[in-house]
Amino acid sequence: MSAEMTPKGLLDIESLTRSDIEVILERSKEFQPPRGETFRRLDILRGRTVVNLFFESSTRTRTSFEIAAKRLGADVLSITAAGSSISKGESLVDTLNTLGAMRPDAIVMRHSASGAPHFLSRYLPVPIVNAGDGTHEHPTQALLDALTITDRRGRLEGLRVAIIGDIAHSRVARSNVFLLSKFGVQIVLCGPASLLPREMAKIAPGVELTGDMVEAIRDADVIMMLRVQLERQYEAAFPANEYFQFFGLRLEHMEQAKPDVMVMHPGPINRGREISSEVADSQRSAILNQVENGIAVRMAVLERVLAR
Amino acid sequence: MSRLLIRNGRVIDPSSGTDRVYDVAVEDGIIRQVGLDIAGAGGIEQFDATGMVVAPGFVDIHVHLREPGFEHAETIESGSRAAAAGGFTSICCMPNTQPVNDNATVTNYIRAQAERYAVVNVYPIGAITKNSAGEELSAIASMKQAGAVAISDDGRPVMNARVVRRAMEFARALDIPLVEHCEDLHLSAGGDMHEGLESTRLGLRGIPRSSEDVMVARDLILAELTGCRYHVAHISSHLSVEMVRFAKSRGLRVTAESTPHHFTIADRDMLPYDSNYKMKPPLREACDIQAVVEGLTDGTIDAIATDHAPHPGAEKMQEFERCPFGVIGLETALPLSLEHLYYTGRMNLTQLVALFTNRPAAVMSLPRGTLREGAVADITIFGTDHEWTYDVNRSPSKSRNTPFHGRKFRGGPVATIVGGKIVWKLELL
Repeated sequence: MSAEMTPKGLLDIESLTRSDIEVILERSKEFQPPRGETFRRLDILRGRTVVNLFFESSTRTRTSFEIAAKRLGADVLSITAAGSSISKGESLVDTLNTLGAMRPDAIVMRHSASGAPHFLSRYLPVPIVNAGDGTHEHPTQALLDALTITDRRGRLEGLRVAIIGDIAHSRVARSNVFLLSKFGVQIVLCGPASLLPREMAKIAPGVELTGDMVEAIRDADVIMMLRVQLERQYEAAFPANEYFQFFGLRLEHMEQAKPDVMVMHPGPINRGREISSEVADSQRSAILNQVENGIAVRMAVLERVLAR
Repeated sequence: MSRLLIRNGRVIDPSSGTDRVYDVAVEDGIIRQVGLDIAGAGGIEQFDATGMVVAPGFVDIHVHLREPGFEHAETIESGSRAAAAGGFTSICCMPNTQPVNDNATVTNYIRAQAERYAVVNVYPIGAITKNSAGEELSAIASMKQAGAVAISDDGRPVMNARVVRRAMEFARALDIPLVEHCEDLHLSAGGDMHEGLESTRLGLRGIPRSSEDVMVARDLILAELTGCRYHVAHISSHLSVEMVRFAKSRGLRVTAESTPHHFTIADRDMLPYDSNYKMKPPLREACDIQAVVEGLTDGTIDAIATDHAPHPGAEKMQEFERCPFGVIGLETALPLSLEHLYYTGRMNLTQLVALFTNRPAAVMSLPRGTLREGAVADITIFGTDHEWTYDVNRSPSKSRNTPFHGRKFRGGPVATIVGGKIVWKLELL
């Protein structure tokens, strides 16, 4: 695939270069509100229209994109599948053609089918920003994660990041692997064997796999917990009742981790399923910083996609 | 009396081992003479085949014609015209129509429609089980009487081994092959493409090779038990090729086919999320392509078949995971085979032609695939050198689902003759 950043929006991390990513992260920092201040509305995208099209429910990502667009001065329209023509059996192509004819400047789209934005981008002249496609990628999540890590650590290079959970079905894991790998991060993927495809070790340089959670977190600088996506279980891939016992992050794990380890989670968190409340709410947790950074990163992405 | 004289072509007829420049004289739909400098009396239609190959009419033993039931995707007429444009003079059509071809009434209907509308010979394949539901055996003997040449639940493999065993016993008694689409549906459930690095990278659910291998293994064991003629449809996995080779070495009456897309493109050649690359079995990996080509070369695989599977545009213009499986393939089979089997030096033209003619005909016991004097005059004339570009929008098929649109080819069909009549001819000739 060719670089998918311009003029076709942002479809995935895999096709971005390291310098593409660095540019976005640098710009994101300029959009982070100074501590203690509320955000001023800018007019960078005044007169531009962004359509948020969510075929799959999502509160945080949709809201985050909406706020990002509004802070840049754009007009935003959010459509969710329920109650729209989508739920009346209109095909994806027809829905997008209809919206395309209304000439938005960009479409931010989430869809349960992997590759849905890639498929549409071949037929639509409007740039598409992928807000999560099936089990493929969630590019802005990886960008905001990278920003959150650099906020605390100043860099990505040389870090060791453990990603733990349902790797097979996680678009967050894929986007993070592609991004972190471009920066020379050591990546450890950990999860139940049936949710940890061996091929994941080959999708990017610097990836190793383990089924042992303690091994995964021992030397990690960052622990990223994934949501257990019960809605993505097509088959009985693991015994759900023992998940937390073997792959849930609890306080006792933190004693075996580096003292300054960062704990991250893309949300929404299932307390007591993949992460205990004590850990989620601890000093080491960067979960709320992630949410905050989501807006800054999405501002940088929208600005870039809509740049004239 | 109708007559046709094909002059000066390179006659390649694997059934008799012929490969030299000859004339071919056709009279009343029958091959009268194959020889040097046959005198053409005045008024006889002549075809100058200088520089071209004159072969027995090609036989495709795996085609979906969609009629009855899905005429918006293909009809017996449109499919047969696409076959003719691909150099095929005989095609075997799979029973997954609506209604399913699981009884003699449907078989008769297909034959009657073919008689009336098809430009090539159409041989129906009957279902193994009622409605291809995998439970109760269909009316196999009466379908055979009505003209079915084989049985298959293509697309809906029979998961119950006991049912397969019983069907094989029937097939053996009737001396027809049982054709299996080898896929363990539990192992492949939910999958959209070959399971491997590419599916992991693209976040698509995988169809593992094991889903094919497990079924091939099961069926070969049952074929040995029952002694039936057993045919593996669209073989795609390297281990399956090896198992068929092993079964043949044990003397089993086992045959196999491969489709051109399975021996020419791999999963990593896919345009990501483009449904024109979505089929079953899925496009696999380089090691599988190599094994299939070896199987074609050493005789383990008996036939090249297209699995021509038309789907209308609306069904293919969807999210990848929602699109139906299958691609059309009648018109691209020969040029892809020339490119990947002949021009690569893997086999000579006689071997290649055999995979399209006498060998598939033998799998289905069809009285076709030969230029012997006295045989029905089904003849395929093709070139090996002319350059052309495949434009699917000019296809006689009603569907457009192919990954090969816009592909440049060297060599391909020039004229197709069925029963002594030219039913298709390359334009600009």
